[in-house]
Amino acid sequence: MLRHILAAILAASLLGLMAPHPAAAEDQTEQNHPYEPPPPPKLKWSFAGPFGHYDQAQLQRGFKVYREVCANCHGLSLLSFRNLGEPGALGYSEAQIKALASEYKVQDGPNDQGEMFERNGRPADRFPAPFPNDNAARARYNAVPPDFSVIAKARTYERGFPWFIVDAFTQYQEHGVDYIAAYLGGFEDKPPPKVNIPAGLQFNKYFPGGGNSMPKPVQIYTGLVTYDDGTPQTVEQYAKDVSAFLMWAAEPHLEERKRIGFQVMVFLIVFAGLLYFTKKKVWSAVKGHT
Amino acid sequence: MSGHATYQPTSPFMKWFERRLPIVGLLYSSFVAYPTPRNLNYWWTFGGILTFFLIAQFITGIVLAMHYTPHVDFAFNSVEHIMRDVNYGWLLRYMHANGAAMFFLAAYIHMFRGMYYGSYKDPREVLWILGVILLLLMIMTGFMGYVLPWGQMSFWAATVITNLFSAIPGIGEAVVTWLWGGYSVGNPTLNRFYALHYLLPFVIAGVVGLHIWALHVVGQNNPTGIDVKSEQDTVAFTPYATIKDSFLMVVFCILFAWFVFYVPNFLGHADNYIPANPAVTPTHIVPEWYYLPFYAILRAIPNKLMGVGALGASIVILAFLPWLDTSKVRSANYRPLYRQFFWIFVIVCVGLGWLGSKPAEGGYVIVSRIFTAYYFLHFLVILPLLGLFEKTKPLPNSISESILSPAPAASVT
Repeated sequence: MLRHILAAILAASLLGLMAPHPAAAEDQTEQNHPYEPPPPPKLKWSFAGPFGHYDQAQLQRGFKVYREVCANCHGLSLLSFRNLGEPGALGYSEAQIKALASEYKVQDGPNDQGEMFERNGRPADRFPAPFPNDNAARARYNAVPPDFSVIAKARTYERGFPWFIVDAFTQYQEHGVDYIAAYLGGFEDKPPPKVNIPAGLQFNKYFPGGGNSMPKPVQIYTGLVTYDDGTPQTVEQYAKDVSAFLMWAAEPHLEERKRIGFQVMVFLIVFAGLLYFTKKKVWSAVKGHT
Repeated sequence: MSGHATYQPTSPFMKWFERRLPIVGLLYSSFVAYPTPRNLNYWWTFGGILTFFLIAQFITGIVLAMHYTPHVDFAFNSVEHIMRDVNYGWLLRYMHANGAAMFFLAAYIHMFRGMYYGSYKDPREVLWILGVILLLLMIMTGFMGYVLPWGQMSFWAATVITNLFSAIPGIGEAVVTWLWGGYSVGNPTLNRFYALHYLLPFVIAGVVGLHIWALHVVGQNNPTGIDVKSEQDTVAFTPYATIKDSFLMVVFCILFAWFVFYVPNFLGHADNYIPANPAVTPTHIVPEWYYLPFYAILRAIPNKLMGVGALGASIVILAFLPWLDTSKVRSANYRPLYRQFFWIFVIVCVGLGWLGSKPAEGGYVIVSRIFTAYYFLHFLVILPLLGLFEKTKPLPNSISESILSPAPAASVT
């Protein structure tokens, strides 16, 4: 009897799941499919997995791409110059960071006369914003370019069942960087046939809906950022490097986290083993228990 | 529980102190000499695990509160300040966020254990109802905590959930305005949620005290569901239960550490790393995983007021479980039919959780309705009837008999 009840629930549920999707039916009649982006390719990242760590050279290259291309529109408002030299970061020396900071102009004040003034940046300063406020950005770009401080954790893509469960076991946490790397290489001049992009928007293969406000970053498509270490100056490489840099910006303590995590795991597993055998010993005195 | 060894102070100071405040004696009889059924399995260790996580949430939460700023303009950045600049701030925050998830996981296991072994039945009704109150308090506390980082999901979850109260006929709108402290979710809302998120855990701790008190009055249930009859049926809490609880607690901490150190954002939402923006609605507003079954029930019902009613009823109905289950036999081990319905119920709850994470459209809604209907049927029809018609298996004479000369293993029919 119970099998029948369970079977009935399951059958009804399956029927329900297969029921026509009202939204989908509408779309077919209107001939206006919302663009469904393909899942971004899974790339290999040095910081993935339980022993992951950042590749300093890659972070430095990514920072170069950020400074020369992205920083024109995208801020890094939560980061200070000093962060670049902290453990688990880009590996810059104090002198390098001082020099780098002084290349930026920072607003300070008010001074004794009550005036705001500009001075050279110091390591403790935050990265200056590319625009004074959101309205200024809107006036210039027609949209507000998002801040990059935590963007690698603020972007993801749908993994679907059962992958979202599998990811917890395989420790796949690089959804954001995979998406950003794919997105940066996903600008195409013309959308595929049957995909309508509203006027004024740029088509990107990986952007949900297809049309986004960001224009194609021409510099990375034409190899304009120079790498000094012989790394290929391709759009894929630029995209990967700057994504890695953004992952560091979003999660600057990742290396420390994974290192401590391993120590904690070893401790807990040994401790659990000891407790298990102690428990066995204690209970061995009680009749009927093993 | 009388008849077991009591605390005998030996040093003159403790003798002096104990005559004035017998707190050591209370602790001794509650956590050392307290007789616990000797046949408890590992499902009975989750009460201890919950206590551990309550304390862990207190410690991490109080330190986080020292660095957090409850203001719409600063909340998001103050959380990032904790993540970046506070010493081990990232560890505290990831422990607190994932600790909440572990807390709910342990609470759900604890509740399902109570349902399987009939732990809510006479004389443990009050103990069970205190547990339902604890669940309600946890739901409120967890929800308000999720709002504090003031990301997109925080803001929109606060908007959606507080708006539920607008379904109350007549006074709904006024209640919502009162909850918000304004005409939309804003700074007053964040401020009061912060105050309540700090307050409610102390209420939880108080109710936990009552829960443990009630437990120590009626004694623990056990896998056979029969009462403790003699001293042979029990062992002392310390060392037997403490060592068993400690072992599973550490095993559970391995799971906790896995989330904290390796996949700390797995249970969260990427959208919550985008600062709250009242002008932009996220495509899918989804609560934390531990609310998903209730969220599915809410959305399964087309009428808003009825949906909110069903959501509330799905929790409140638990408080009536001791009277809805009419069977005199406690443990599902001796209730072959109930045992199967129990597992169907577990599957339905997990299924509702999955449906709650899906958009409310098409087939998902239909299945949500079937599962929601089943959820209530389980309590309102199946449990009352089962007790009347089910043929239960013979119970052992005592706990010690069930261990020392086990009857043929319970088989699934």
